[in-house]
Amino acid sequence: MNRSLPPSSWPVAGRLVLERDLRLAFRRPGQLLQPLAFFAVITLLFPLALTPELERLREVAPGVLWISALLSSLLALDFLFRDDAQDGTLEQFALSGQSLTLLLFAKTVAHWLLTGLPLAVMAPLLGVALGVPLQALPGILAALALGTATLSLVGAIGAGLTLGARRGGVLLSLLTLPLAVPILIFGARATELAIKGAGYAGPMYLLAALAVLGLTLAPLAAAAAVRIGLE
Amino acid sequence: MDWTWFHRLASPPHVYRIAGTLTPWFAWPAGLLIVAALYGGLVLAPPDYQQGDGFRIIYVHAPTAWLSVMIYTTMAVAAAIGLIWRMKVAHAAAASCAGIGAWFTAASLVTGMLWGKPMWGTYWVWDPRLTAQLILLFLYLGYMGLRAGIEDTARADRASAVLAIVGVVNVPIIRFSVDWWNSIHQAPSVMKMDRPSMPADMLVPLLLMLLGFTLYFFAVLLVRLRAEILRRERSASWLREALSA
Repeated sequence: MNRSLPPSSWPVAGRLVLERDLRLAFRRPGQLLQPLAFFAVITLLFPLALTPELERLREVAPGVLWISALLSSLLALDFLFRDDAQDGTLEQFALSGQSLTLLLFAKTVAHWLLTGLPLAVMAPLLGVALGVPLQALPGILAALALGTATLSLVGAIGAGLTLGARRGGVLLSLLTLPLAVPILIFGARATELAIKGAGYAGPMYLLAALAVLGLTLAPLAAAAAVRIGLE
Repeated sequence: MDWTWFHRLASPPHVYRIAGTLTPWFAWPAGLLIVAALYGGLVLAPPDYQQGDGFRIIYVHAPTAWLSVMIYTTMAVAAAIGLIWRMKVAHAAAASCAGIGAWFTAASLVTGMLWGKPMWGTYWVWDPRLTAQLILLFLYLGYMGLRAGIEDTARADRASAVLAIVGVVNVPIIRFSVDWWNSIHQAPSVMKMDRPSMPADMLVPLLLMLLGFTLYFFAVLLVRLRAEILRRERSASWLREALSA
């Protein structure tokens, strides 16, 4: 990132940040797999705690998948800005003359590509283990992909706010989970309808509406939060 | 436009003094209204034809529930003012709101549960309003947690202000989603408690109680604001003069 760019070239700046984050992540593939492994482990705990009968597991599958995905996604959120704040990268972002909102948005997109999307892709696999019929799998994937994207956007605000806080990880969960309630409600409902073989467009539209709202407002709040954290 | 008068008005010494003067003007009417409304609600109002005397908890439940939302909004507005005009006193006011709001939310949950026992036969039902109140309590706790987690006061002020604003945008969305959720999973035993109209001898004490509780909130807010200003300005010279005078 030692090339200096005029402020007008924001698409270039955004792409460079995105590429940088993806490249950094792929140099440590172990870290990438951790949220996925966490997702699988939590989902595995439910049959052990409840029942091995697929009939009964199918009923709780939407809740199990969504809560596991939420928690795994939160686990990864803690690292969204932390490393870059510690080594001064975020300060350079803020001083670069580029829009901090855009650069952090690019980081959030990278974060979703690296955690939310893989979680959504993996969910159908775990869904099968919970007795979910095969025709429901595209719906589950779509709902989780949309839901985790919104969660990444909202979570970026929390990650920015907890940059300067002690015990940021626990605090991040306390801040983000109440805000994630609408995502959970609509997402789990879409998944439930998909599993029952019914039309799930309604809750998907509501999820999409949340995503649009998140896209328009959350990056601004996240940039404000990070700026305060850098003071 | 010259804004210096605005900032002078909102300077800590001025607000500290004004808050002290105003407190009794809120506290006494609040006390009188609450006593009058208690007499009206517990003695004068007739028992409900369905719920008997059980409905009377509404005189505590409804005002606390109203205040829990009103205080969150007040907190967010104060936080936004602090963030936009960099006004320290507004941040102090937002910080003072949080504790009061969390207690009112907790009180509305407890009274809602006590009301639920005779009405639903159980202390907790996943009623949309109770559920939304519970989430609101977590929003308050998150706000307070963030404040407590950041050592530097100025930074804690600004970070928690962003959170309060994000929260206030989310409160209606959360309410809507919880209502939506409830409309799908509605249990048949849940009774609808809101009715279109209430007779005047039941309604008037309730309105008096709402007003009394609201004034009580402002009285407590002013006391807390003074305490918060004392804590923040503990090394300021004006404070030493004010306290020794």
